[in-house]
Amino acid sequence: MAQTAQLVKLEKLETLIHAKNDHIQVINFWATWCAPCVKEMPLFEKLNLERKDVKVVLVSMDMDLDPDAQKIEKFIARKGIHSSVIILNERNPNLWINKIDKNWSGALPATLVINGMNGKRMFVERELHEGELEKLIEEVK
Amino acid sequence: MKATVMSLVCLALLAGSPLRNGYEVGDNATDFKLKNVDGRMVSLSDYKAAKGFILIFDCNTCPYSKAYNSRIIALNKKYSSQGFPVIAINANDPDVSPGDSFVNMVSEAKKKEYDFPYLVDKTQEIARTYGATNTPHVFVLNKDGGTLKVAYIGTIDDNARDASAVTRKYVEDAVDALLSGKPVPTLKTKAIGCGIKWRNS
Repeated sequence: MAQTAQLVKLEKLETLIHAKNDHIQVINFWATWCAPCVKEMPLFEKLNLERKDVKVVLVSMDMDLDPDAQKIEKFIARKGIHSSVIILNERNPNLWINKIDKNWSGALPATLVINGMNGKRMFVERELHEGELEKLIEEVK
Repeated sequence: MKATVMSLVCLALLAGSPLRNGYEVGDNATDFKLKNVDGRMVSLSDYKAAKGFILIFDCNTCPYSKAYNSRIIALNKKYSSQGFPVIAINANDPDVSPGDSFVNMVSEAKKKEYDFPYLVDKTQEIARTYGATNTPHVFVLNKDGGTLKVAYIGTIDDNARDASAVTRKYVEDAVDALLSGKPVPTLKTKAIGCGIKWRNS
């Protein structure tokens, strides 16, 4: 069963990033047009299915270029995505990219791994390969 | 020992883009010699009369590059005669992004009637030296005596989706300021975009 994607503002995303909780969050920034994002997506799906101690959130950045949210919904239905998907509905990225991570240039894909228990975080701005997410998760433990 | 080196390499990779230094505003910018779509080699030093450059790391394939394509062409039309020509550089590895092969660059430049160089950064050395991360990524360079100084780094304007709804034209504001001897109003911006397709090492 594919998820439906919720449109969110930056404030909601920031709440998610700074949440104190009992798990590790893996937040992936992607877009339907981004080939390396689509390529690495199965790694996040696998993580979401296999690791109960990890919560995966896929944040679509599509709206920056194209306001058609339905296109994103169709994409996640077609791909059968199980992970939680949210769509960031904000304009003018220059005002908020640094609030997500100051090391982020804004290029996609990008991934943020955050430990909700100790606040440790790792940020990576490139396509990930098999085994790398697990290593990032170990890094924030 | 080999295992130690390997794990260090892995750590460096995990830490994010490994060669993420690049230029900041105020740094001296390096010249280069890169192949243009017409087959000739182009250097910034070829432009004796230029006051500076609008250097843009761009590509054929990225939807942001497509969204900004006509705005890039317009930048050259507006500023090359004022001494700030556009120089476009494609650093994407064609093995990772076949649409960015030299043949495809030649046909793109022809189709869009580029009246500015569209250069191949085959080794990706120039993109790494400048610290380009995405496409289109602009570096406005200003001639200051004998050196070229980085005067602005970032995106073209504040609305990728809709050129008619732009409220801040960062690149135009930077070049206009340089032309009138005023301080550049915004020195650095960030934008969502396609990551440069680095060669798989």
